[in-house]
Amino acid sequence: MTHATEEQQQVRELAREFAERELRPHVERWDREWALDASVLPALAELGFFGMLAPEEYGGMGFDLPTYVGALEELAWGEPTVALTLSIHSAFAVSLLLRHGSVEQQQRWLGPLARGEVLGCLALSEPGAGSDAAAVQTLARREGPGWVMSGTKKWVTNGRIAGLAVVLARTDEPPGSRGAKGIGAFLVPTESVGYDVGEREHTMGLRPAEVVTVQLRDVRLGPEALLGDASAGFVYAMQGLDVGRLGIAAQAVGIAQAALEHAVAYAGEREQFGQKLRTFEGMQFKLADMAARVDAARALVAWAAATPSTRASSAAKLFASETAMWVTTQAVQVFGGYGYMRDYPVEKLMRDAKATEIYEGTNEIQRVIIARELYRGA
Amino acid sequence: MKIVTCIKRVPDTEARLKIAAGRDIDAAGLKFIISPYDEFAVEAALQLREAKGGGEVIVVSVGEAAAAEQLRAALALGADRAVLLEAPPTLDGLVTARALAAELKDANADLYLFGMKAADDDQQQVGPMVAELLGLPCVTVVAELELGDGKILCHREVEGGIEVVEAPLPAVVTITKGKYEPRYPSLKGIMAAKKKPLEEKEAAAGPSRVRLLDLSHPPERPPGKVVGQGADAVPELLRLLREEAKAL
Ligand SMILES: Cc1cc2nc3c(=O)[nH]c(=O)nc-3n(C[C@H](O)[C@H](O)[C@H](O)COP(=O)(O)OP(=O)(O)OC[C@H]3O[C@@H](n4cnc5c(N)ncnc54)[C@H](O)[C@@H]3O)c2cc1C
Repeated sequence: MTHATEEQQQVRELAREFAERELRPHVERWDREWALDASVLPALAELGFFGMLAPEEYGGMGFDLPTYVGALEELAWGEPTVALTLSIHSAFAVSLLLRHGSVEQQQRWLGPLARGEVLGCLALSEPGAGSDAAAVQTLARREGPGWVMSGTKKWVTNGRIAGLAVVLARTDEPPGSRGAKGIGAFLVPTESVGYDVGEREHTMGLRPAEVVTVQLRDVRLGPEALLGDASAGFVYAMQGLDVGRLGIAAQAVGIAQAALEHAVAYAGEREQFGQKLRTFEGMQFKLADMAARVDAARALVAWAAATPSTRASSAAKLFASETAMWVTTQAVQVFGGYGYMRDYPVEKLMRDAKATEIYEGTNEIQRVIIARELYRGA
Repeated sequence: MKIVTCIKRVPDTEARLKIAAGRDIDAAGLKFIISPYDEFAVEAALQLREAKGGGEVIVVSVGEAAAAEQLRAALALGADRAVLLEAPPTLDGLVTARALAAELKDANADLYLFGMKAADDDQQQVGPMVAELLGLPCVTVVAELELGDGKILCHREVEGGIEVVEAPLPAVVTITKGKYEPRYPSLKGIMAAKKKPLEEKEAAAGPSRVRLLDLSHPPERPPGKVVGQGADAVPELLRLLREEAKAL
């Protein structure tokens, strides 16, 4: 089950090589400049990474989830922002369209998404709707055959550069009356009049990612904007999150692996008391624990990808993100004072890791979900 | 346009090699790659095919069964089909060249490309030997190729200049680092490679007449020496460079 096929291995190797040559050399500068070089996403598109979950008939790769998470892990090892962007694009735009899009919607969007000509983003969170995602207040009012959308979406990663936003909005009347069953998912072209990008957040980590507020000011949409059933958007969002959390888990493993490698290298070179750090047993135990946890997280993610379920995705996201946070914190410790300084790579990884414990459902929410699944049907 | 490119499976040039029992490198846990000069040759073949707007690129390797991995990698880069000629490793370049020539004598290709040398054994023999066995013209150490009408123009970087050499097709050319920076395989290429033909057969390889006797790491380099500081140190540095290092 977790034994990689030759194809998975080759895909991983390509992602690792790309990460090593095209991402790694620049991460420090991108972190400072709050942006990736403009050439990075087009290069990934050219190689096919935007189409990993899209079917071959639309120019995608039709990868299974184990192949997909392997690629994301390696890209995250290079620059976690890149994996985040591809994960959101794949889980919420590509896979939801595949699952619930009409033939017309698939024909319009899947090709451009798979080729990376259009980037997908998710606009779910709102000032008052975070963990309680069903509390969204953005409205989609019926008008003639179409819709008029208004509201404020917070923390939309890539909300400015994306071409397609998957937006969750209330469709029930009166608004809120049907709770989680009164929400629709909409395919909103970001060029729509009234889709206005506001403030960019100053994030702790993942700084090359642009996280923005999006104002929806009476955005007029045709009937073709509605994905599937107007009252099932919340269910779709949860299905998207099942795939999304695998991507975040893979991202976390990549971050942890990078931190582990930096720590191992540093402990092999730095000397104190006339000895390499690696010769101290206290250091060896720390490195061994880091390595074992990374191995365990990777195996859990591979298992969750091979036998997908809500519980498996939540467990993978929970465990991998906590592993990333713990391992990056230890890596900073291994570097000592240097670890705290911007000149060394590990404090950035620690800042990046923190986000994986928060987005796509905080880890408290993952625990709520796992516990709920334990009692499902009881 | 039909181009044959011959490639060799070699240990990753960035790997730290260990020697097993004084005779061979320890392959355990070692990563293998397409020899880098051969990879330039594959890239050259792909670019020529693209410039022509069509044609066939065939990759051929003499080696152990595991070399199929490198042939698949070349297919993922864009080669059309592959042939593996199975044979035990040899240091006798003529054995490899004969195995290739036996396979290629009826290939009717326009161009036969090789890396200028294999990154492991560094002998620079096989390309020219195949040319000799096939009775074809051979241009070595070529940085850039241009197709003419029934001929090939080869840019060679020679000491202090660039030489442009012409040869009629079919011809054998060995490639060095120059224009042909290898591309990444695309994900599509990796998927497509699985479905492309890879023929495996016994190589027509005779016995090796060259034999490896011993393999060892070079002696540790003596540590560097600080001669002094500033302009005062220059005369002593010159003396040492002249008398000890014999570099001047
Ligand atoms: C870098 C970044 C990028 C993001 N990108 C996107 C994006 O692209 N699209 C998008 O829609 N959103 C995005 N988000 C938003 C993210 O999904 C939310 O921040 C997250 O769901 C948490 O919501 P909140 O911030 O409102 O926290 P809150 O829900 O207010 O939670 C605050 C704290 O209370 C805890 N808590 C809440 N409920 C419970 C409970 N029932 N039991 C126990 N503890 C609880 C939480 O775990 C947390 O510790 C992004 C966030 C970040 C940081």
